[in-house]
Amino acid sequence: MKDYSIFDIIGPIMVGPSSSHTAGAVRLGKTAMELAEKNFYKVVFYLHGSFAKTYKGHGTDKALVAGILGFEPHDERVKNSLEIASHSNLIIEFNEIEFDYAHPNTAKIEFHYSDKPSFFIIGSSIGGGNIVITNINGDDVEFTGKYPTILLKYIDKKGIISQISTILSNNDINIANMKVTRDNNLATFLCETDNLITDKVKEEILKINNYYIARFINPVRG
Amino acid sequence: MYNKAIDILELCKKENKKISEIAIKKEMITRNITKEKVIEEMKIVYEVMKKSATLGLETPLISHSKITGGNALRINNYKKANDTLSGEFINMAMAMAVSTSEVNASMGVICAAPTAGASGILPSSILSAQAKFNTSNDDVILALFTAAAIGELATKNATVSGAEGGCQAECGVAASMAAAAIVELAGGTPDDSFNAASFALINVMGLICDPVAGLVEYPCFLRNASGVVNAFISADLALAGVQCLIPFDEVLDSMYKVGKSLPDALRETALGGIANTPAAKEIARRFYYEDNK
Repeated sequence: MKDYSIFDIIGPIMVGPSSSHTAGAVRLGKTAMELAEKNFYKVVFYLHGSFAKTYKGHGTDKALVAGILGFEPHDERVKNSLEIASHSNLIIEFNEIEFDYAHPNTAKIEFHYSDKPSFFIIGSSIGGGNIVITNINGDDVEFTGKYPTILLKYIDKKGIISQISTILSNNDINIANMKVTRDNNLATFLCETDNLITDKVKEEILKINNYYIARFINPVRG
Repeated sequence: MYNKAIDILELCKKENKKISEIAIKKEMITRNITKEKVIEEMKIVYEVMKKSATLGLETPLISHSKITGGNALRINNYKKANDTLSGEFINMAMAMAVSTSEVNASMGVICAAPTAGASGILPSSILSAQAKFNTSNDDVILALFTAAAIGELATKNATVSGAEGGCQAECGVAASMAAAAIVELAGGTPDDSFNAASFALINVMGLICDPVAGLVEYPCFLRNASGVVNAFISADLALAGVQCLIPFDEVLDSMYKVGKSLPDALRETALGGIANTPAAKEIARRFYYEDNK
């Protein structure tokens, strides 16, 4: 039986009104933002299911935008995120969409850049403020953002995975989950760890290879 | 360390400890942190709870949807001006429970306990008990661990989700957590705490989740107000020595079974209960179509 922390039960401390439609949506937005490159000028949200039907009443729109701005689920500014985004000239759009076989609280979050192609994340808010990311720019994945997560995309070659796991173990970081998929010659490496990923570890991993995508995400609190 | 109420009761007896002390010890072991750190985190929770329970007493808080609001203030003003039917203590407790519900519905900061929809019950219960017994903050913070232990049992062995188990799983469990905590604050035994926790759940067994327009708002705030009263009467019953014939583990199990046998329409889908009345449907229609054009 899973062991809970006291603060999973009395908690999270969050902006209301709904842990799945508000707190989870902030987490989803923030995790997506951490997976994307930062100089986006526009973000388009596609909302599916209950997200699409009730987002206005639950403030899901404000929550998702708050996440994109880097706020945590307990930040009082969540309520004013749309104004804050507009003041910083970030263009925000909301659309309804229907995905096949998706969790009722699912969003596709698309980041637009002036100097490169757009990039998207699909994820769901699965209850109690918890989320799962299911797709990164077309690649099916599955991770919750509860653990520190490393995402890498590179031209497949021998030895990279063993080098990365050596770096992690040398730095006392335990691997909780690891998945590598290949599409033609491109490898997608996704790894969740038990310990926070330090800047030193990031640098060491970045040094051993060239990556198309390299993201290091520590968990969103609250 | 424990999965059932019976495990906690055994540990309490063996080590001559309160439920809160067992819960703190488990948290220290599970997360490998000091007692000071555990207590420090709960202090933050206590401060958030205190703020949310009092914010709406003097200022009208209007919900994000603008469907409801200002009711904590109404109850507080009514209590100040009148010799009320249920008395000052109960009215104050209801006002505080509604205040947190209103903070939640207006996108303010609350602490889910066990959920956002039921977040008014525990803060109001412990703050009312604290005022009544003149208890120190430190003791109230300890009692929150007792509440958490009850909530943990419900999460592990049943559900605290309205979509899965109806409102009994949210406001019922919240009242159950609060009842156990205030019994400990009042000097009751671990057995008394579990009896109180059982009474609170039995009192609302089968309570459905039927939010108007699908929003965490109405009747949620009403059930937070009645939830805190449920917590107090359940605590008083247990402290009076009334015995619960059914062990807490079995009460939880039955709550879970009842929850699962509720039709979908009565589990947070807004398709049944008061959410399905003509008046509620009209509110939902106005909110989703006209006001948002």
